[in-house]
This record gives sequence, C-alpha cells and structure tokens, in this order.
Amino acid sequence: MKILVCISNVPDTTTKIKFTDKQTRFDPTGVQWIINPWDELALSRSVDLKEDSSNPVSEITVINVGTSETEPTLRKCLAIGADKAIRIDSEPKDAFFTAQQIANYVQKESFEFVVFGIESGDYNGSSVGGMVAEILGVPSVSSVSDIKFNGSSATIERDVDGGKEYMQVQGTTVIVVQKGFAKEPRIPNMRGIMMARQKPLEVLAAIDSELLTEIIEFNLPEPKAKVKMIDPDNLQELVALLSKEAKVL
Amino acid sequence: MSVLVYIENFGGKLKKQNFELASFASKLAESTNSTAKALVLGTINNAEIEKLNQFGIEKIIKVEGESFNIRINKVFTQVIEEVVLKENVSMVLFPDNNTGKALAPRLSVRLRAGFVSGVVSLPESYNPFIIIKRAFSGKAFAKVKINTPTKILSLAINSFGLHEKPVTLKIEYFETQVSFADVPIKMVERKVSENKVSLFDADIVVSGGRGMRGPENWKPLEDLATVLGAATACSRPVSDDGWRSHDEHVGQTGKIIAPNLYIAVGISGATQHVAGVSRSKCLVAINTDSDAPIFEVANYGILGDVQKILPKLTEAFKAFKGD
Ligand SMILES: Cc1cc2nc3c(=O)[nH]c(=O)nc-3n(C[C@H](O)[C@H](O)[C@H](O)COP(=O)(O)OP(=O)(O)OC[C@H]3O[C@@H](n4cnc5c(N)ncnc54)[C@H](O)[C@@H]3O)c2cc1C
Ligand SMILES: Nc1ncnc2c1ncn2[C@@H]1O[C@H](COP(=O)(O)O)[C@@H](O)[C@H]1O
Repeated sequence: MKILVCISNVPDTTTKIKFTDKQTRFDPTGVQWIINPWDELALSRSVDLKEDSSNPVSEITVINVGTSETEPTLRKCLAIGADKAIRIDSEPKDAFFTAQQIANYVQKESFEFVVFGIESGDYNGSSVGGMVAEILGVPSVSSVSDIKFNGSSATIERDVDGGKEYMQVQGTTVIVVQKGFAKEPRIPNMRGIMMARQKPLEVLAAIDSELLTEIIEFNLPEPKAKVKMIDPDNLQELVALLSKEAKVL
Repeated sequence: MSVLVYIENFGGKLKKQNFELASFASKLAESTNSTAKALVLGTINNAEIEKLNQFGIEKIIKVEGESFNIRINKVFTQVIEEVVLKENVSMVLFPDNNTGKALAPRLSVRLRAGFVSGVVSLPESYNPFIIIKRAFSGKAFAKVKINTPTKILSLAINSFGLHEKPVTLKIEYFETQVSFADVPIKMVERKVSENKVSLFDADIVVSGGRGMRGPENWKPLEDLATVLGAATACSRPVSDDGWRSHDEHVGQTGKIIAPNLYIAVGISGATQHVAGVSRSKCLVAINTDSDAPIFEVANYGILGDVQKILPKLTEAFKAFKGD
C-alpha cells in the first residue's frame, strides 16, 4: 500500500509577517521555512504506520508544488522517513492550480491514500485536499484524527460536530488530517539525515492550468489598542467594562 | 440570479452560525439584486428551518432522506451542484468549519468556480469580485479576486454577526438524481454526544495554560465557566501533557475560535496560541508576568496569581448576574 503525503512549505509559525511590492507579495527576507505543521503530523504518522510491520504500508512519497527553494523542506521529509520526494517545479499559484498538479501526478502513479493537512499556514486555503479528491473523482474524508489498519482495510476516524465518526473506504482515498493524527511530529535523527541524501528527489514540470482566484493585496491587521490593566482587588471594574464598554456579557 | 447558502443540519437543529450565514447571504443577495436561498440536507423539521425567514432567506430547498444524515463529501457535493444549476445560483456560501472545508473545494472543482475560504466581510467590490480573507493564521488579511462567473465563499464564524430581515419563506422539496450506491465509503460507527456545547459555538470561552500548574487546579476555572455559561479550552502543552482533553486545545494547530469573550488564564500568549484566538471580540488575560506577550493582544489584563484571581472573578460575575 502506497501513501502520498502532500507537503506545503510555509514560514515558521513564529515569523513576523511582512509584505513587499506594494503589499502584493509576502516578504521572505530572513524567514525560516518549515513543513506545514499538519503535513508534518501527516508524514510522521505515515512513517509510524509503515514502521509497524503489522500494517500494510509499503512506501511513502511526499510531493510539493514549489520552486527549488522548497527542497530543504523536502529533504527534511526524507530525513523524517519518506522514501521518495517529488517536486513539481512551479510557484503554487492558487489552490486549483496546485491541486491540478498533484492530481496529475496521482493519476500516473497509484496510491491508496493521498494525505493533506487541514490548511496551509500561509494562505489558509483549506482547499487543495478537497480539490484533488474531486479532480480524481474519489472519496475524501476530512478532519481526520486517526487511522487504524486491520489487515488491508483501514478505519478512518473523523471529527464531526459533537463527536467522532468512523469510516471505511476502498480504493484511492483523499484524507485531510488535523490535530491528533500524530501525537508529535517526528524529529529526524542523524541516520535519517544521512539516508535522506541518498533518497530520490525527482523534479517534474508543471502542467498548464487555469487560475480561478488571484491574491491582489495583503494587509496587516490594525494595531491593537493598549491593554487596560485592572486592579486585582477591584474586579467589579472588569465586569462593568465587559458589560458596558466591550458589550460582551 | 440567486445566492445559495449551505445550511448545515446539526442533528435536526440549527445553530447561531446558520443564522449568521443566512444574514451574510441575504446581504450578498441584496447587493446583487438577487434572491437568497438555502439548501438543507437530511432529517430536520420544517418548523426549525422556517426560522431562517428572520434572516432574509426567501426559499429553502430541502433534500430529505436519512442517508443524508451522514456527510459523504462526494455525494453531497454532487447534490449541491444539481441545486446550483437548477436554481441559477451565482454565489454559494458555506461555513468555514469542518463541513465547509470538506465540501466547498470539491464544489469549486465541479463548477470550475473560484473558492475563497475564511472570508471576514462582505465583498469589497462585485465587478471585479474582490473579497478579504484571513491569511497567515490570523496574522494578516489577503484581498482575493475571483475570476470565474460563479463564486464560492466560506465565512469565518462570528465575523459578520446576525442581521434580522424578516421575509416570507417557501420550502421546496428536491429529488436528487445522485445515489450513494457507487461511492466506496461507508460509516461504520458513530460516537456523538448531542448535548455538548462545542467550542466553536460558545460565546464565551475560559481557557487555561501551564500557569494553572496542574490538572488538579482546574475546578476554579470550571466554576468561572459555569457562572458565565462558557465553554472551557486550553493551550497546547496543557492538552499534550494530558491535563485536559485534546478537544480543548486551541491555537494554530488546534481549534481556531472566535468567541465574543476569551479569558486566557495563565497562558503566555505564544504566537501559535494567539493564532487560534485572535478573532475573539474581546480578550481578557490573567498572568503573573507583566511582560507576558498575551498582554500585547489582550483588551483587559489582570496581573496576579490565577489561584487567587479566579475565585474572586467568579464572585464578581455572580454578583453581576444577580445571585
Ligand atoms: C508548530 C507549533 C505549533 C503550535 N501550536 C500551538 C497551538 O495550537 N496552541 C498553543 O497553545 N500552543 C501551540 N504551540 C506552543 C506554543 O509555542 C507555546 O509553547 C504554548 O502556547 C505555551 O503554552 P502556555 O501559555 O500554556 O505555557 P507557558 O508558555 O509555559 O506559559 C505559562 C504562563 O503562565 C504564567 N503563570 C505561571 N504561573 C502563574 C500563576 N500562578 N498565575 C498566573 N499566571 C501564571 C506565566 O507567566 C506564563 O506566561 C505550538 C508550537 C509550535 C512550535
Ligand atoms: N504547494 C503545495 N504543494 C503540495 N501540497 C500542498 C501545497 N499547498 C498545499 N498543499 C497541501 O494542501 C493542504 C491544504 O493547503 P491549503 O489548501 O493551501 O490550505 C496542505 O496542508 C498540504 O497538505
């Protein structure tokens, strides 16, 4: 059974966000790039599943649509335990464009599971996974917090309002994972890092695709007003402010 | 032309977020001289869905059948597509929650319609169609242009509010041609507690961090939540260490919420935490460290030890509520 994990390359979660070119582009100066946190969980769990030989997982591929600058992120994925990496050589122009590239690759290979994170930390699109599923015409399960194998059949746990549902699937399935899918991201060890150098990182050309949306400008939120400190011995004041000033009670 | 809002069926009930979406849809319809319509799938009483008439919905399309009580994304998307085509819809609106995230991108592909998720306000212009969405986990906003004639949006919960507009409403039943038969996916088990208030729906959230010093100290926080009718939440290390359940974890990698009031108790305010709560209308922080970053994003702050402050705060709210 083969798993494809889709990796978005995003600014470190502590990055101070800035824009350039008249606010039309993200300013990458001095930014540390990381594996999108959910994608890292998706990959970590996939590697855990593969390492446990009672599971039918045989190979893990990671894929990223991005320029050569994302290669360190893909190498890190290999160090964590992916067997091979694919980079589709293009700026990820919009969600539909990115989804077309991934779907095109999946159509050429065969995967039982194509795994996504719930959103990328930069554009917060929550789109690519669902789009790939629809392009491929396969089922998708989203807000997935666990997966268990019993022989060759998998049970997928998804979060729904107020609880959980357990789904069984056949054939290629898209799963979009969230918190819980792995407890902790795996940290690459020395051996993993050494081995990653030998593993294949294949670069493929992008296919043409239309753009359904375009980002035309970025803005930062208005700076917040300074915090109002309340005397701990006069908490009635807070209650009054919440009710009269903030009007939230 | 019409605007179609997808009304999530919460086990036969509607929630406030449905009415917010309806309000947003009816404003979109007003601005484009079109009609606001709603689509509901599965088992739900007409009396319940008729409440949408208070928020400008003129027509509800109802797709009945028990099989629609379980969301199968592929099938649901096909049903929505049928309705979009039949009703001459130019804008489709979803909630920016698990359901919207599962359905909207699929529909976007089927209709070749641009999708913008997490929108926070009405479009800036309709021609060209430009709208603002959250980006960089709440640290920025992006202005996005949709290039296609049909548009799909998902609205960030609690960003628009309720706007009443009573109208006469009719309900129409729709027979779908789509079948579940050939979709290779089935639900085998379901564990849902219907009465639990979800963090996403709570108007007030009281949230504890590592400054709570251990799971045994949570009683005063829960008392405060009870007095306020609030839901409880926590920071990531608190759920990682098993002090509280994972459903309570808020932040960039947990739940992203936007209550009216968020009370951060013993939480330092790391950027990943703030990413999950920065859309709260009002933020109160309790912390012993006057330099804690949480005070940079809070509206009101209390400098002090949570164990001393919490009981006093509970008393103060009790007095306010009049008992
Ligand atoms: C990729 C990534 C994703 C992450 N995602 C999330 C996320 O989704 N959510 C999240 O919360 N974190 C997340 N984190 C972790 C985050 O960086 C912080 O480590 C975490 O939020 C800190 O939790 P805390 O505020 O409870 O604990 P601490 O940072 O330890 O803060 C405790 C606070 O309590 C105060 N305090 C101590 N004693 C008292 C007392 N008696 N009374 C009052 N105050 C007291 C202290 O002054 C301090 O400010 C993420 C980190 C990474 C790297
Ligand atoms: N450029 C990309 N290359 C590969 N996968 C991606 C890319 N962008 C997004 N994804 C995947 O799609 C998920 C959702 O991203 P988004 O729709 O951008 O919020 C991410 O968690 C990744 O799994």
